[in-house]
Amino acid sequence: MTMTTPARTTTMPHVEWGRVRPARRTADRLMKIIATSFTLIAIFVLFWILGMLIVKGLGGLSVATFTQVTPGPGTEGGGLANAIVGSIVLTFLGIAVATPIGVLAGTYLAEYGRDSKLAGLIRFINDILLSAPSILIGLFVYVILVEPFRGYSGWAGGVALGIIAIPVIVRTTEDMLRLVPGPLREAGAALGAPPSVVITSITWRAAKSGMLTGILLALARIAGETAPLIFTALNNNFWFSPNLIGGVSNLPVTIYQFASAPYENWQQLAWAGSLIITVSILVLSIIARRIVRGGK
Amino acid sequence: MSAVTDQFAAPSASVRKTPKGTFDLVFRNASFLAALFVLVLLAGIMASMVIGGWPAFREFGFGFLTSSVWDTQNDQYGAWPAIVGTLSTALIALVVGVPLSLGIAVFLTQLAPPWFKQPVSTAIELLAAVPSIIYGMWGLFVFAPLFAAYVQIPLSNIVEGMPIIGTVLYSRSPSGLGILTAGIILAFMIIPFIASITRDMLDQIPSVLRESAYGIGATTWEVVRHVLVPQAGVSIIGAIMLGLGRALGETMAVTFVVGNANRLSASVMDPGSTIASRIANEFNEALGLQLNSLIALGCILFFVTFVVLVIARLLVARVKRY
Repeated sequence: MTMTTPARTTTMPHVEWGRVRPARRTADRLMKIIATSFTLIAIFVLFWILGMLIVKGLGGLSVATFTQVTPGPGTEGGGLANAIVGSIVLTFLGIAVATPIGVLAGTYLAEYGRDSKLAGLIRFINDILLSAPSILIGLFVYVILVEPFRGYSGWAGGVALGIIAIPVIVRTTEDMLRLVPGPLREAGAALGAPPSVVITSITWRAAKSGMLTGILLALARIAGETAPLIFTALNNNFWFSPNLIGGVSNLPVTIYQFASAPYENWQQLAWAGSLIITVSILVLSIIARRIVRGGK
Repeated sequence: MSAVTDQFAAPSASVRKTPKGTFDLVFRNASFLAALFVLVLLAGIMASMVIGGWPAFREFGFGFLTSSVWDTQNDQYGAWPAIVGTLSTALIALVVGVPLSLGIAVFLTQLAPPWFKQPVSTAIELLAAVPSIIYGMWGLFVFAPLFAAYVQIPLSNIVEGMPIIGTVLYSRSPSGLGILTAGIILAFMIIPFIASITRDMLDQIPSVLRESAYGIGATTWEVVRHVLVPQAGVSIIGAIMLGLGRALGETMAVTFVVGNANRLSASVMDPGSTIASRIANEFNEALGLQLNSLIALGCILFFVTFVVLVIARLLVARVKRY
């Protein structure tokens, strides 16, 4: 600690007791003003973005947005029905891929691996995957699923989203399981239950709401992902085939393609889609936060 | 916890029926394999980038990194402009974003009244929930026109003809799109990550330390500067590195606002491109060597972000896992 105020005040003997030197007070006030205004800037940007979406997106929203398919170049009207359904399908496909793997891996880290070196390594790598650029995961899935099978597919898109969701679920599952008190496990073991039964019927049950939060957060994370879908699920203006082979239309890539297109109805749909996707994601994240706070 | 123990009797009875320990073994191995899968994923991403980009690395050798040519007609590709674009946008993002994030963290931990802390924290975290593509739309349609009218044009008039800054800050076509715009948008995207980790780090410092500093007459600024920052220093650097990792690989927002020019310009006001924006732009039309070159770009991005993220995690992990 470098608090040398007594030494400094000796050079200014006229300072009264209990008063702060003006220079120190000014620095303190300046810092408070700067910190407060920086916070206001960030909040302002959030509301600016939300305001922009509401102003430009509400005008484009109509019943047709939810019932008609995306229009081709130069066609009038149209909606986002296929893109919305496609996005929901891809997102849930991603969660369906990620949940079993993520929950089991998180369980291994919290219950079996614990402080072992291997668990430490997996934890570290998982944290890196958590912040890895999503575009690289898109490229990875392109190389392993799109190129070998000669074609874009909803399956590849779902797998790409799943890979992005896995680290989120692993992380929250482990954190939540670690919050479960040890004596609870010991009580189960004392009744003669093997570890697997202790985990599935005691630890998982106690950490249920926290684990659900992890899955919701993962859902919010992948619902707006665009970059990985460009290389995997692609996009088109039709209803996708039920086997998900070929391009599957989805909201983020539709927004990307429509936003800077020369057709006015495309731009309107891009704004409407942006509003839909942002509101859904913000609602999901707020629900997830509520569950966490309620659980505590 | 009575509900837990009530439910507990049934499954344990069902286990008795199966051969002893079979389910136990299967469950243990399944969770072990799932955990190993995380390692396999990272190794797979690394391998696929190296293998996919290999033809480009073999064709151009080390020159791939330093060449500025990107010529689809003659199949000549070089990564230099994209590398420079990626590093400069990320650097601008840090220069703008780090002071903002630290200010927000200080506000949340030291200045905000308790009732105000939670809503502000949530608002900052929601900045992270807004999808990347929405930042791109905001940047392209709202921020860029304002930036062109109120910053680029006046600034160009002022700096024109001056040495160095006349080049770096002069915009030949003031459209609002360019490296600087991309950097500013990125700054807002990384603020929630840096700010919330720093906030948690500052919250963890024992309040005895703060109180003793206040006790000897320190002002809030002096407590932050001489007590809190030295205590949390290393992990704040870790949080900044984590933000850097995000900024380097961010794709959609940058693709919207960076201008997507393939050549290198000396001015931060001019359009450029980053590794991620070039991949997103050209991938669907790319064939043959161009495709390999794009994956090779991805490979470079992978190794750069990997190193940055490893350093970030090691620094943050000293205090607490994040």
